[in-house]
Amino acid sequence: MPAVQETIDRVRSIDLDQYKYGFETTIEMEKSEKGISEDVVRFISAKKGEPEWMLAWRLEAYKRWQTMKEPDWARVEYDKVDYKNIYYYAAPKRPAAMSLDEIDPEILKTYEKLGIPLREVEVLEGIAPERRVAVDAVFDSVSVATTFKAELSKAGVIFMPISEAIREYPDLVRKYLGSVVPVTDNFFATLNSAVFSDGSFVYIPPGVRCPMELSTYFRINERDTGQFERTLIIADKGSYVSYLEGCTAPKRDDNQLHAAVVELVALDDAEIKYSTVQNWYPGDNEGKGGIYNFVTKRGDCRGNNSKISWTQVETGSAITWKYPSCILRGDNSRGEFYSIAVSNGMQQVDSGTKMIHLGKNTTSRIISKGISAGRSQNTYRGLVSAHRKATGARNFTNCDSLLIGDQCGAHTVPYIESKNASAQFEHEATTSKISEDQMFYCQQRGLSNEEATALIVNGFVRDVLQQLPMEFAVEAQKLISISLEGSVG
Amino acid sequence: MAEITPLRTAAETGLTKLFEATKMKYPTGVSIAREEAFRYFEAVGLPTRRVEAFKYTDLRTAFRDAAHPAEMPSSEIATAALAAAKGFSEIEAVRLNFVNGHLITEASDLGRIPAGITVTPLNEAMTKASPLLAHLTPVRQAAENPIYQLNTAFLADGAVITVAAGAKVETPIHLRFVGAGTEAFSTATRVLVVLEEGAEATILETHEGPDGVAYQPNDALDVVIGDHATFRHARLNAEGREAVALSTLSARLGAKSAIETVNVVVGAVLSRHQVYLNFAGADANAVVNGAAMLNGKQLADTTFLADHAATGGVSRELFKTVVDGAATGVFQGKIIVQQAAQQTDGKMMSACLILSDEGQMMNKPELEIFADDVACGHGATCGALDDDLLFYLMQRGLPKAEAESLLVQAFLGAAIEAVSHEGAREALIGSVEAWLKARG
Repeated sequence: MPAVQETIDRVRSIDLDQYKYGFETTIEMEKSEKGISEDVVRFISAKKGEPEWMLAWRLEAYKRWQTMKEPDWARVEYDKVDYKNIYYYAAPKRPAAMSLDEIDPEILKTYEKLGIPLREVEVLEGIAPERRVAVDAVFDSVSVATTFKAELSKAGVIFMPISEAIREYPDLVRKYLGSVVPVTDNFFATLNSAVFSDGSFVYIPPGVRCPMELSTYFRINERDTGQFERTLIIADKGSYVSYLEGCTAPKRDDNQLHAAVVELVALDDAEIKYSTVQNWYPGDNEGKGGIYNFVTKRGDCRGNNSKISWTQVETGSAITWKYPSCILRGDNSRGEFYSIAVSNGMQQVDSGTKMIHLGKNTTSRIISKGISAGRSQNTYRGLVSAHRKATGARNFTNCDSLLIGDQCGAHTVPYIESKNASAQFEHEATTSKISEDQMFYCQQRGLSNEEATALIVNGFVRDVLQQLPMEFAVEAQKLISISLEGSVG
Repeated sequence: MAEITPLRTAAETGLTKLFEATKMKYPTGVSIAREEAFRYFEAVGLPTRRVEAFKYTDLRTAFRDAAHPAEMPSSEIATAALAAAKGFSEIEAVRLNFVNGHLITEASDLGRIPAGITVTPLNEAMTKASPLLAHLTPVRQAAENPIYQLNTAFLADGAVITVAAGAKVETPIHLRFVGAGTEAFSTATRVLVVLEEGAEATILETHEGPDGVAYQPNDALDVVIGDHATFRHARLNAEGREAVALSTLSARLGAKSAIETVNVVVGAVLSRHQVYLNFAGADANAVVNGAAMLNGKQLADTTFLADHAATGGVSRELFKTVVDGAATGVFQGKIIVQQAAQQTDGKMMSACLILSDEGQMMNKPELEIFADDVACGHGATCGALDDDLLFYLMQRGLPKAEAESLLVQAFLGAAIEAVSHEGAREALIGSVEAWLKARG
């Protein structure tokens, strides 16, 4: 069939060099010694001026990690990380900035290039002042700036780097840290617990609707470093918060490790909406370089009527190993997972979710759209389980895969475990290629091949894009078209 | 960190002893195959939940002890056991009767085999090292399965059935397996069916045995389906209540061939039926259905794998499970579409009705797709009987139990309908009715 040949040619011509965030910032950095040891853990803890309990927590994690084995059940193949050969801590050398003016101009430039506003003024004077976003910018191992802190604190919202929170709100952090993702959870989470350096901490007090979107932008810059951020979000009774996360990294030939842990806690009637646009450097055409994205994300609907919603657009990373999950503990709690995972080139994605129904009348919904192109492998892996006491649990899962080109793979590995009669689970999955009828229809109406594909793909992922906050939706749509550019026949 | 090698269980050690003790003299090739199969099994051991393919069915726990392989029964025992066997007995068929895993030649219809078919007892084929044995293990993946390898290692008897090119055999061949005894025993049987080009045949299988005896049947059916050939198969598992029953169907499909297989489970405390299909030729067609009715502490596992290696394969799978009491239903299905298998069309559906508070269902429907021009899908549902439907029926004057039965029957019927052989279909629907009646 000629169309297939054409597709193959196009796939061959894919140029992953279109990754536009691949530049590197030259800046003086302070690093821990290479490799991991108790001393490095102590060094990081000391750098952060942490209390004794935090150091003990880290050391415990480190001890545990040494006894653990890297998981190999995911459908990804990669050269194992040499844990002795990376830096676990890298921070810009300049002393911690008190205001934006004190931040290294190079870093400011970096974020400008990435299109992330770190200057509140600009945003305030912007054309649409009503859509403001507070930003926490994390550069390698440290948070370099957090905007709108003052205004947020007026509402009682705490939004700050987690290293600061450990010092300023030790009781809050101590109560919740590790309560969703225990120290012993898995290999990468345990490693993160030992060496995490920064990330965001959010606390929304009871009854407060967070006045603006919160967001964190992660940037890996330094060579041979791993980024281990830790995010903790607590939505107290009746509160609401929408949180966005974005990530980029420079182009490099070697692989870099990103092993983050994100914990969400929603108490009674609270709601957390967590959106991610993941655009780490995916490596080049031949699969050289790129980020290993090994992330543990989990939300705990601890209170009754609480809700946690994950939305992710995954276009970057060489290897993705990521399963944002919800523990539906509170009665009537709700979990949602909306995901678009696009893989191209030699990328490998193994992502999905877990919905663990423990409370009564809990509901969950999973909408996952995987698009694979080039020579990539894209796997959806998910678990839906209802425990004996989770009466009235409901789940709806839909995972669709779209294959573009005949060199890629799309896989689904769902686990559906129902342990009581009143639980009602529905699962459906399909895999297909873009139908020729649809293409023909669009082309007949004057769209080019590429435009038609873009239109159909956009329709395919619409359910998920709708869940993203506005600014992100636009960005995500662009991202998807960029990462599929040149891959369609 | 060093790998932890689990201690060998009593059953594993027992199996090793039994293997050494019961080794029979066969020509070299056969002996080597058995030896290799056992060494494979020995290396992996009885699978636990940590083995992904056995995540929901823990054979290490199920097999406390290795039961002694059953010996050829006396003719009185065999006659009595066969007289008591009920499954598919109303059906006009050519019967091959097995008691405790041994073909009872004098009680079988070896004298009236229809034209176009040959039947050789497996024991004889092994003793004579029949070249037909080269057709054993038609699907590669089955050889990586400890249950199947255990079957190979302990093979005692079975049959080799060939259907000549172009022969369209109307009369079904009924493989009747009956267990008899008062103490635990194990059986290992294998039936190999080779359909030559354009051949058509129907194989019916029933498995029955005594309640209250923890016997361990392990049976395998290897099928090689030639180009344009059609294989129809209906299987009834009505094993005794304490049986731990393992079975494997592996089939290789030639170009434009077709397979229809329906497995109905009512018996055994633990059963695992594995189906391996290899779409070796283009445009092959498969219908694989299953219906399981479970109560008490039963666990029924259906593990299915379709490996599409050629273009244009069509597969339809429908598995229905009804769970009552504290029973557990397990479905693991996987459709693999290799890069060469363009235009594959695969649909896999698993549906479960849970009738009790303690019942549970585990579903794991997988897709593994390397070709782009395909239409593959799977669905899985799980839930209780629809209250609205119940209400509708009760409003029309049906008592609740009857309304429930009607709905369950319709639910399971959808999977059984695919059986082409009318008598077998009716008998299987009869088994659903009997199960519902016993439920009360």
